[in-house]
Amino acid sequence: MFLIDYIKSIWKALKSLATGMKLTGYYFTHHREIITQQYPDNRATLHLPERFKGEVVMPHNDQNEHRCTGCTACELACPNGTIKVITKFELSPEGKKKKAVDKLVYHLELCTMCNLCIIACPSDAIVMAQTFEHSVFDRNELTKILNHPGSKIMEGIE
Amino acid sequence: MWSFSEIANGIDEWLRLHVSPSLALTIEMVIAGVAVIGLFAVLGLVLVIMERKVSAWMQIRIGPNRVGPKGMLQSLADTVKLIVKEGMTPDGADKLLFNLAPFVAMIVAMLLMAPIAFARDFQLWDLNIGILYVSAISSVTVISILMAGWSSNNKFSLLGAMRSGAQIVSYELSAGLSVLTIIVFTGSLQVSDIIHSQADGWWLFKGHLPAIVAFVTFIIAVTAETNRAPFNLAEAESELTAGFHTEYSGMKFALFFLAEYVNVFIVCAIGATLFLGGWMPFHIGHWQGFNHVMDYIPSSIWFFGKTFFLIFVIMWFRWTFPRLRIDQLLNLEWKYLLPVTMINLLLATALAILGWYF
Repeated sequence: MFLIDYIKSIWKALKSLATGMKLTGYYFTHHREIITQQYPDNRATLHLPERFKGEVVMPHNDQNEHRCTGCTACELACPNGTIKVITKFELSPEGKKKKAVDKLVYHLELCTMCNLCIIACPSDAIVMAQTFEHSVFDRNELTKILNHPGSKIMEGIE
Repeated sequence: MWSFSEIANGIDEWLRLHVSPSLALTIEMVIAGVAVIGLFAVLGLVLVIMERKVSAWMQIRIGPNRVGPKGMLQSLADTVKLIVKEGMTPDGADKLLFNLAPFVAMIVAMLLMAPIAFARDFQLWDLNIGILYVSAISSVTVISILMAGWSSNNKFSLLGAMRSGAQIVSYELSAGLSVLTIIVFTGSLQVSDIIHSQADGWWLFKGHLPAIVAFVTFIIAVTAETNRAPFNLAEAESELTAGFHTEYSGMKFALFFLAEYVNVFIVCAIGATLFLGGWMPFHIGHWQGFNHVMDYIPSSIWFFGKTFFLIFVIMWFRWTFPRLRIDQLLNLEWKYLLPVTMINLLLATALAILGWYF
């Protein structure tokens, strides 16, 4: 019995090693599988993966409207104080007071691209952008206000 | 058609015509030495770039691609860098042994070149115990590693050297036993005899199962003997920084590095000689026409082709398999490889006595 197990273990080991060698052999012979990108050279044709996380942005539509309600869920979710939401009160047409976002301040220099704010956002107002060339000469330029000046909330977002 | 053996004979005749026989012999020795050193330099450059390209392609990367056409001069640039760097000797080191160790490693590698047949009738020294000579000399490698580890006066180096000692001494056994399998078939230790016995087919095909098992165990054992991943416990970047060559820099480090690659070449050349027929073209039994076509390919191309194929296989191992722990390493040798090779040797002996091989 012991001998059968012994031979079986050798056979299993050889088989698993052969499986590994088959995969690396496939990669060795199929160069189009190569995922390396020669970055500064291929700047124009750079292809980033879909889930690449570069920085937090707030998309606006062509009427300069965003989806942010100023609920501060992102601010609470952020582990290192990267996001600061400054809210204001707006008067709705019926004359009621309503909370809205004044400025969504985003400190890129503190951000770790952990994606927690995007997950926390109930109205999908912020997303991760695929930009990554963030170097600037002045540190102040890294503090960004995500909502565009004069923008307002989209219709129907609560 | 010119060949290596004709060039060598031509030089020999020309020298004997013009100078006295003893002076001619001396000059020939110098030429052979220079040729071996030249081969080492070329091997170092070629194998390093080959290793880097193979590893890159296996890991879905591009690899070196800036220096020279397609990055092919990268290893040359690295060599220039290593030559320019300062070769430091640590204060607490044993100066003599520390500086001697890389040269011992190189000298062992050079000695191993002697019995290898590079092409038809092109061999430095066809001594009658060629294979025994190779296995005897190759175990001296461990001395240079122990020397380097001990004299560095460094814990990491010493640990690496001790591990390497345990590893090389144990794997020497199964390498020796798998070599013996072929010796049993040929009945000779002489390299030229072994190659000539494969004129009608290589031992890998003629020797049935025992030869195949011996080939696999030989490849595993020599991978361990040359201290390459997955058996690179002597270097072990993650645990021992660089093992026995932690304290070495510049050209002294480069000599160890070169010795490793030359050793890989040598063990692959021995493997090609024993199992794949050395410079012998691919022959199938008595197919005269096929054998004649194969004979048109020069013998040196056959030899280097087979050797580089085996080197590629060993690189393939390195970039596929996970590393072993030291206890797993010794388990593999003493519980698996050694019993398997012993039974395999018994089987091969039975086959050889009964004459059941082709």
